[in-house]
Amino acid sequence: MSAPRALNLALRRIASPAGLTKFSPAGRLMQQRFAATTTISEKEAVNSILAKQRLNRPVSPHLTIYKPQMTWLMSGLTRITGLIVATSFYVYGLSYLAAPTLGWHLETPSLVAAVAAWPVVVKVTAKLAIAVPFFYHSFNGVRHLVWDFGKGMTNQAVVRGGWVVIALTAASSLWATFLA
Amino acid sequence: MASTRALARLATRRTTVPAVWTRSFASVEPASPSRSTIPESKTSTVKEPATEKDAKIKTFHVYRWNPDEPTSKPRMQSYTLDLNKTGPMMLDALIRIKNETDPTLTFRRSCREGICGSCAMNIDGVNTLACLCRIPTDTTKESRIYPLPHTYVVKDLVPDLTNFYKQYRSIKPYLQRDTPPPDGRENRQSKADRKKLDGLYECILCACCSTSCPSYWWNQEEYLGPAVLLQSYRWIADSRDERTAERKDALNNSMSLYRCHTIMNCSRTCPKGLNPGLAIAEIKKSMAFT
Repeated sequence: MSAPRALNLALRRIASPAGLTKFSPAGRLMQQRFAATTTISEKEAVNSILAKQRLNRPVSPHLTIYKPQMTWLMSGLTRITGLIVATSFYVYGLSYLAAPTLGWHLETPSLVAAVAAWPVVVKVTAKLAIAVPFFYHSFNGVRHLVWDFGKGMTNQAVVRGGWVVIALTAASSLWATFLA
Repeated sequence: MASTRALARLATRRTTVPAVWTRSFASVEPASPSRSTIPESKTSTVKEPATEKDAKIKTFHVYRWNPDEPTSKPRMQSYTLDLNKTGPMMLDALIRIKNETDPTLTFRRSCREGICGSCAMNIDGVNTLACLCRIPTDTTKESRIYPLPHTYVVKDLVPDLTNFYKQYRSIKPYLQRDTPPPDGRENRQSKADRKKLDGLYECILCACCSTSCPSYWWNQEEYLGPAVLLQSYRWIADSRDERTAERKDALNNSMSLYRCHTIMNCSRTCPKGLNPGLAIAEIKKSMAFT
């Protein structure tokens, strides 16, 4: 500590009412810091200035420049496939309920007969379009359940689990399309 | 709601869509109608002054935006550097550009050894610290440097992290105790309890993980983000802290913690090799099983 600062501290100690009467070891006195603190009003500083600045500031690019990685691509796919699975479930379910009133035929035998009449390419495409979202969403859902127990969350395990889900999805979708 | 926000922000050509459709929520309109970045093909290239025979010339595309011209669009400025004269790290390249070719380039840096977290930026599509990121020696590949994604840009590569720091303050990142230590001197803990803090206390708050999280991109006003949640867990896991219940209670709402969808971009990008995704999973677990 510089000499003027030590003198300043000593003077302050004398000036304080308890300074002379209360015993305090020299070491502790030297460690005291008389810092001047100011409180900035949050409303003043943050809200007004920041809002004004943000009016001008651009938002830096994000989705378009971030490197395509298994982590966020698979997460996005989970949401998209979930949307597809849920939408088709509700659309089919509601139309099945409405079918008797509207005179549609959505029972299994009539659907099977209709699909059987399609050309092979259309049949395979349609089956895959239903199977892939369903199996992907299910398997990745299981992966999320495992994660919720705090297991398999290292970077290597995340990548490995991702490839397992992709392999299982491919295998079961092909099975459902061609063999089931 | 999150998806509509994402879609609205992705729609860059706002002039063609009536304002009523794109926004049904409070937000700030940008000063210029379109803020899309001008690609490097439409900007000039600042070349290294004297190039030698066996020079290893690499091109760097750097995001530039100057607040002195608030209505101007951000642009990608190209720079070429001889790698033989440049240090091994991306920060060396940036410092060299600033020192020798373009002094107007602005970025934060301090320790140049990965302990201060100032030079966090998006390099070749991944958030990392410029001082810990080697320049790929393959000169045929061009490097791209952006500020941390989905942040307000102060200037060039400097992001506005006010909200991030405010969120850090909101989790009360300090020891909270009502009882004095038993021996009147120190709050002691067992070696096993101390071990629980490994992998948590090393965080330098560089914001790489938070700004790599798509969930944080769309909901950064409400969702705390991986970095702040890792810090929150650092205090929840601390055996000396006596406000664990209050800390958990503060996170028990739909936005603060549960906007984490285990995307795991955070752990993948952490330049210090920490695992914020695991820390968040541990918080969720402790809230579910108590």
